[in-house]
Amino acid sequence: MNRSVATPWLLVAPGALLFTGLVLVPLVLTVVLSFLAYDHTTGIQDEWTVAHYVHVLTDGYYLAIFWRTLRLAALTTLICALIGAPEAYILSRMGKPWRSIFLLVIIGPLLVSVVVRAFGWSMLLGSTGLVNAALQAIGLGPVRLLYTETAIVIALVHVMLPFMVIPVWTALQKLDPMVEAAAWTLGASRFTALRRVVMPQVAMGLLSGSLIVFGLSASAFAIPGLLGGRRLKMAATLVYDEYMHELNWPLGAAIAILVLVANLVIMLAYNRAVEARARRTLG
Amino acid sequence: MGFLTLEGVSKVYGGVPVVRDVNLAVAKGEFVSLLGPSGCGKTTTLQMIAGLVEPSGGRIRLDGRDITQEKPNRRGLGIVFQSYALFPHMTVAENVSFGLEMRNVPRAERDKRVAEMLGLVHLADMADRYPRQLSGGQRQRVAIARALVITPPVLLLDEPLSNLDAKLREEMQFELRRIQRRVGTTTIMVTHDQAEALSISDRVVVMEGGRMTQIDAPYRLYEQPATPFISTFVGKMNRIAGVWRDGTVTVGNAILESAPADIAPGTAVTALIRPEKLRLCRPGEGRLAGQVASRFFLGGHWLLTVATEAGEIMVSVPNTGEEPAREGEPVGIDWTPATLRVETASEVAA
Ligand SMILES: Nc1ncnc2c1ncn2[C@@H]1O[C@H](COP(=O)(O)OP(=O)(O)O)[C@@H](O)[C@H]1O
Ligand SMILES: [Mg+2]
Repeated sequence: MNRSVATPWLLVAPGALLFTGLVLVPLVLTVVLSFLAYDHTTGIQDEWTVAHYVHVLTDGYYLAIFWRTLRLAALTTLICALIGAPEAYILSRMGKPWRSIFLLVIIGPLLVSVVVRAFGWSMLLGSTGLVNAALQAIGLGPVRLLYTETAIVIALVHVMLPFMVIPVWTALQKLDPMVEAAAWTLGASRFTALRRVVMPQVAMGLLSGSLIVFGLSASAFAIPGLLGGRRLKMAATLVYDEYMHELNWPLGAAIAILVLVANLVIMLAYNRAVEARARRTLG
Repeated sequence: MGFLTLEGVSKVYGGVPVVRDVNLAVAKGEFVSLLGPSGCGKTTTLQMIAGLVEPSGGRIRLDGRDITQEKPNRRGLGIVFQSYALFPHMTVAENVSFGLEMRNVPRAERDKRVAEMLGLVHLADMADRYPRQLSGGQRQRVAIARALVITPPVLLLDEPLSNLDAKLREEMQFELRRIQRRVGTTTIMVTHDQAEALSISDRVVVMEGGRMTQIDAPYRLYEQPATPFISTFVGKMNRIAGVWRDGTVTVGNAILESAPADIAPGTAVTALIRPEKLRLCRPGEGRLAGQVASRFFLGGHWLLTVATEAGEIMVSVPNTGEEPAREGEPVGIDWTPATLRVETASEVAA
């Protein structure tokens, strides 16, 4: 009797401890830190204040960076969806050996560090890089690519694509291929069958893919850091700079918390909107 | 000249022939079954008719028009898939309505025809349910309604009843035939169940290893199977190897009287007789003596295996209320010579 009551608690204990130690405690400490006063000469004070939040939310410099973060993350998500969904569809319709090979090609880049890939892109996109050389050869260049938002989005899409392809592919795997064939035999063109029959089925996969890509893009650090340069900051690089260069930890903490809350709100709202529609039909 | 004809149709997958030189002419309004064991190419044949699989050779004609190269959405055939392939995110009514929408049928008429069709398959009160909320039999009827509502010239059914339990399956066979008679649609049904094929088709096509080996009405198919395979695949059959001598089949010391046949004496032959054509009688009577080796009660009849000089022979005894001989008891077996068919070895090879 006693034992059976304790069992579930014992079973969740390792996970709960890990979660508490690695997520909850640092998060609470960050929240506490964000409300502590800071002085440039003496450092962190023992007083409570909301000044950091007010400062961040009223300063155009920070708001511009937040807006850029939101914009680039949304754009990355959109491009990933536009490329990833067809990619997953083609993948799911491939024959025996090719499917595994191309799945590996898609997942493969995950095995390489983001930093290495960001450096790779900076070499490709640099003023003497391959892309500019090619553009010059056909008389279109040189174009400034490195340290622009374009560079950040290109690299983010490259890194995030597997996170879109895999959930959509999983959703497609669950779909009976004969369902699409049934639509054709009822008179639907390939496009109509895709739009009316396949798309609604993979909506949930597309939703989870979008959430993952948006969340990871909005908090990306290495890519904006290396491809955006010193001036084009995004949320994560901004927090880093507050901590490491300005040494204003409370302000950095406030920014981090704001980004976290904004991210949460956007993702929850998006999830609810799409899921409500999907649940009505998919259950 | 058939309404739907297959002329020398074949399909090769990676060098392996799956369907070989299939010729078939289906008349308008006919109900034809494709019967064969799993993997013999039935689904492939059906999907070639539907346009979902491209034939490697041959022509398919519908009402005289060559449709071999036509896209599936242009053929306008109704198909019920083995898995039903209903649209999971659409209600029953939306599923049935889909084909009409694709044909730009106006809303009001669409609703009317969907309601009519759902009435025909007894699903009028399920219109707003989703497929996942339906039982197997109901899903199957939705699939049939969805295929029939577009009034297709030909209805193709791929093992539509194989997922159902025995009772429901029997009901649905009846139902399927009823709907087909009502609507009069030319129908081709794939099945691996010989009883199902015999009970609801006008004609049965037997497929073996990608070939059509017999095309006949159910009764003829049962009484005159064209190949040894069909003789045992469709119903039960005693096959007794022997030698043709003086108008009988001789097996060791046993002499089996048969229908007259034009065979040279001394030829190796196989005697064929169905268990239900044999009669059990008292020991010492009948044409062959033996001993009951096993006995199974099957409700409507008993199936006995009798050990005789000609080998073990299955005998079906109708359940008339009298219990037949038990295991180990001696019995006699009798038959009408005309019901014992003889097959020569050369026929077997053909
Ligand atoms: N897409 C395919 N690629 C390769 N072989 C296939 C394909 N589809 C079916 N086959 C093979 O063709 C044969 C016949 O299949 P099928 O027509 O589905 O048989 P049935 O419906 O009679 O069970 C099987 O041996 C199967 O393995
Ligand atoms: Mg099949």
